[in-house]
Amino acid sequence: MKRVLAIPYLLWMVVFVILPISFMIYYSFNDMSGNLTLQNYAEFLSSNYLKMTLNSFWYAFLITVITLLISYPLALVISRLKHKTFWLLIIIIPTWINILLKTYAFIGILGINGVVNTIFETIGLTQIQLLFSDFAFITVAVYIFIPFMVLPIFNSINGINKNLISASYDLGASKWETLTRVIFPLSLEGVKSGIQITFIPALSLFMLSRLVAGNKVVTLGTAIEQQFLINENWGMGSTVGVFLILFMVFVMLATRTKKESV
Amino acid sequence: MRFLISLIATSLVVGGLFLFGTKLLNHSSNAEKDVLYVYNWGEYIDPELIKQFTEETGIRVVYETYDSNEAMLVKIKQKQRYDVVFPSEYTVEKMKKEGLLIPIDHSKIPNIKNIDESFLDLPFDPGNEYSLPYFFGTVGILYNPETTQGIDFSSWESLYDETLVNNVLLIDGARETIGFALNSEGYSLNSIDKYELKQAERKLESLSPNVRGIVGDEISSMMRENEAKAAVVWSGMAMDIMYENEELQYVIPEEGTNLWFDTMAIPKSAKNIDGAHQFINFLLEKDVALQNTDWVGYATPNKAAFEALDEEVKSAKEFYPDKETMATLEVYRDLGPKWTEYYNELLLEFKMSLD
Repeated sequence: MKRVLAIPYLLWMVVFVILPISFMIYYSFNDMSGNLTLQNYAEFLSSNYLKMTLNSFWYAFLITVITLLISYPLALVISRLKHKTFWLLIIIIPTWINILLKTYAFIGILGINGVVNTIFETIGLTQIQLLFSDFAFITVAVYIFIPFMVLPIFNSINGINKNLISASYDLGASKWETLTRVIFPLSLEGVKSGIQITFIPALSLFMLSRLVAGNKVVTLGTAIEQQFLINENWGMGSTVGVFLILFMVFVMLATRTKKESV
Repeated sequence: MRFLISLIATSLVVGGLFLFGTKLLNHSSNAEKDVLYVYNWGEYIDPELIKQFTEETGIRVVYETYDSNEAMLVKIKQKQRYDVVFPSEYTVEKMKKEGLLIPIDHSKIPNIKNIDESFLDLPFDPGNEYSLPYFFGTVGILYNPETTQGIDFSSWESLYDETLVNNVLLIDGARETIGFALNSEGYSLNSIDKYELKQAERKLESLSPNVRGIVGDEISSMMRENEAKAAVVWSGMAMDIMYENEELQYVIPEEGTNLWFDTMAIPKSAKNIDGAHQFINFLLEKDVALQNTDWVGYATPNKAAFEALDEEVKSAKEFYPDKETMATLEVYRDLGPKWTEYYNELLLEFKMSLD
């Protein structure tokens, strides 16, 4: 009986996880005429792709750090409020809207005749070109990732036994000490999953880098798109994909939670 | 171990089912003969004309659209049935090489006589064996005369002007962007000389302070909203934008640029080849081409239709270039996978040099 119940999940895993990844690994060893080769890997380790990788990492790092800095206090505050679920809902609602739509909305907001510049003008500042800059790229990415970071952090803060916090105060810890030495270590699991959820997709935000940064920010996602759609070099595109998976495995290991490692 | 075996077994079964399933689907869709599958770019035909064609011939048209030559190519390679497609000239050449096109029987298309001779028998398809021109255009500069005060953009060098810092939009396409740099250095758009190409890339890098972004269709909305002062665009796109923002102007720089064609062709996966010829012939009729040109707004290679256009449209030299300008234009050739990749690598390098 147990085995029968597992079949749909097994099928799912095979069709949507194992097969695609095997195809990708297979293609990554193919050149454009379908011969087996290691050329793609050699090319990846050449300067251009390494530079792009560093670039991707740098932006993903900035996005994750800023998202965390905003989300942690937010989760903390929400966990203290009276109507927690209501406030949480407010944070989650934006994720109901398609990312592409939100991105296009930002094009309107950050544009030269957009909301931000109109406000700047009315308070006497000069117009600035916000769209198509690193600033716009990071802002929009952070905005998109905040709900995904807040949720796991909120869950782990909310799950902390209140008695522990009371005990901390009873034993003479200040508010700051309670936060840094009791609450934060206990909510670390949430922070880690938040980082995983943010950092990994942030490595390959090709759609944002084109729509909001005007291709001035080049990430590994840009390279994959180009290899598949323009060069029709599926081999090289897959190789970049394989490296992205490797990086992700690395990030997962680095942020591994204790429960898993036992 | 058991888990592994069941995993492999299920994947084989599922894979097999998929293969079988797609085969079945393909078969069932082939049955109809009085249907014509047309695969075209978005917004690239007056829908009224499709109705008119069905009324005249009784052939039902199934109309689908794509947004890039590459997307269309993938479908044709997968042997999806389409009877008429509209590839750009370099794609015609590529499809020809790969045996993906069926020759056009000129005797079935008497309306070829309507096409301007200077648009026939071009190097990408000698004798028009596989394709007939549908619309044509150039790559040039779209600018706002009010905000660019005095720059006339008669040369590609104008883009480098100091007053345009962070105000120039470029096309996210290697042929177009590397292309205009080659043009401004006086080289061929189809250069396959690493030295020339490197030089073009360096020339582009010196433009980087002025580059606002390298984008695609977003250029339309951004120029419409005056988000940037100048942009390198296709003439067809320029017409669309100018229709909504009348301040803007389009020019063909004097160093020369690209002359492009979208063509009509019959792919290998076609089933209704007779119907495809009828459809192509229909689109080349004078009145049909005229109505279509009015609706689409691009420049028509159909001489009979051109002559019937409004005087104002006809005299717009930037869209219907005169003989002299024509001589400076160059049509893209298919450069093969190796050089296509090199062009794209250079574009990527250029993108990475932006900050």
